[in-house]
Amino acid sequence: MVTSNLVAASALRVEEVCKSFPVLDVPGTSRPALGGISFSIAASELVSLVGPSGCGKSTLLRLIAGLDFPDSGELLVDEEKILGPSAARGLVFQDPNLFPWLTVRRNIEAGLVARGVLQEKRHEVDDFMRLVGLETFGRSYPHHLSGGMSQRVALARALINHPKVLLLDEPLGALDAFTRMRMQDEVLHLWENRRTTMLLVTHDIDEAIYMSDRILVMTSAPGRIDREIDIDLGRPRDRTSESFLRLRSEILEHLHFAGKAADVSA
Amino acid sequence: MPVAGAIAFAAHLAVYKNETPMEARTYTNFLATFLMISILIAVGQYRWRRLRAAVWRMRPLFTAAVLLLCAWELITAGWHWLPLPYFPSPAAVLQSMISDRTLLFDSTWHSLVLLLAGYFLGALAGFVSGVCIGWSDPARYWGMPLLKVIGPVPATAWIPLAMVISPSATLSATALIALAVWFPVTMLTASGISNTRASYLDVARTLGANQRYLIFRVAIPAALPSIFVGLFMGLGASFLTLVVAESVGVKSGLGWYVSWAQGWAEYGKVFAALIIMAAFFSTIMTLLFKLRDRVLVWQKGMIKW
Repeated sequence: MVTSNLVAASALRVEEVCKSFPVLDVPGTSRPALGGISFSIAASELVSLVGPSGCGKSTLLRLIAGLDFPDSGELLVDEEKILGPSAARGLVFQDPNLFPWLTVRRNIEAGLVARGVLQEKRHEVDDFMRLVGLETFGRSYPHHLSGGMSQRVALARALINHPKVLLLDEPLGALDAFTRMRMQDEVLHLWENRRTTMLLVTHDIDEAIYMSDRILVMTSAPGRIDREIDIDLGRPRDRTSESFLRLRSEILEHLHFAGKAADVSA
Repeated sequence: MPVAGAIAFAAHLAVYKNETPMEARTYTNFLATFLMISILIAVGQYRWRRLRAAVWRMRPLFTAAVLLLCAWELITAGWHWLPLPYFPSPAAVLQSMISDRTLLFDSTWHSLVLLLAGYFLGALAGFVSGVCIGWSDPARYWGMPLLKVIGPVPATAWIPLAMVISPSATLSATALIALAVWFPVTMLTASGISNTRASYLDVARTLGANQRYLIFRVAIPAALPSIFVGLFMGLGASFLTLVVAESVGVKSGLGWYVSWAQGWAEYGKVFAALIIMAAFFSTIMTLLFKLRDRVLVWQKGMIKW
């Protein structure tokens, strides 16, 4: 609805994407997960995707990452069709998924090794370790790290490839409240620093309002983008300001309503 | 405290001197050396902290070992509770170990060469076939039935066939040991590879990984704990196959030595070979444990076996 003027400059564009999964206990049937999703994200924009659980947020992220393919519709990054996974689209999960057999340093290097450019880019590893504040942990193994530290390694590992789009699938969801708030600032810091386009899936509405330029609200069964909300607050944002709280109750109300509507139709 | 061990041992020395035949001077020397060392350590530990720390944990074990030797000697040489040719005293065993040392050393050497050749061959083949079956669907489709049919047959069951087919007994024994190792290694490598967490593979793909990276840098490291379980099981199977193959076909090695000595009713030698075999196998087992601890440092604290 508001995207038409952004199409030309969009870093990521999703056009009428549908995806359904077979229902295993009833052969021959399938359950729609995404029912015609369209949106676009401008370069250097930080957009959040919120919605009830099971609305297909993660499915959508997997499609954008190229790990899965849509039944119909198109996904484009810089106007090029997504044909499979690529280092141009980094993905960070809720579980950091660090390779436990590699040290912190080797985990961060993994992308460079995978692309065969470790020799030329080795100097960047130190920069990224410093960027996420882990320069002294290079030789530690992941099982020694706390949740927040692991997630920082995962961020550095994704960012070292200089992705055009960074996809974040509830990256802070498993952290305790304090660590999470600190990490929100760190992710924002990374974003302001590098201006990487980010798409953040979250179920935490405060997090979405605190961090993003724009929020896409999804409904479930099948997943659809129900609303887009621009967040016109300056940064750093005050989580207790009146305008913040107003946005919060607006989105909550909306999700509540959306949830009810889904219940009725189901 | 270590003196307790020494005392038990001194008593044992006294019993021993009354009962044993003269020839077993070496055993006396062995026990005397042990006593001397234990006294030295007992005294020395007050001076060197390091020594104390090193010995402290091993002390009960060594005490028990000496007491066990003592009991063995009392039962055999002391009171003649067990029929003699079959159950020699520790002194006699030590004597035959020393008198026959060249042949025993030679046998151990042959066993080692045969074991290592078969083990490495089997482990390598098992690793390769395991990775293929675990990673690729066609390989799994064709490989799994083969594995399920051939795998459970004990390698030793092939001995009659192997003796007919192969020109040399050593060659067929190597192949049989390799076969015995191949099955568990393949099975556990394949299961480790195919159980690689999908999210590791997903992450690697979004980092720009190609197929080679996914196999060699994600799936294989992720499967290593399981691969090591296979290597341990394979090692056990290889010991068994080695001893059986040696006592049936191959004319050298510890397995052959045991059945040969038994043929001459020289049970001192049988026991001597068994003791060496135990030390030999457990050393190799320990080496594999050391290797695993080295390779799987990243797992420290996650596994315990």
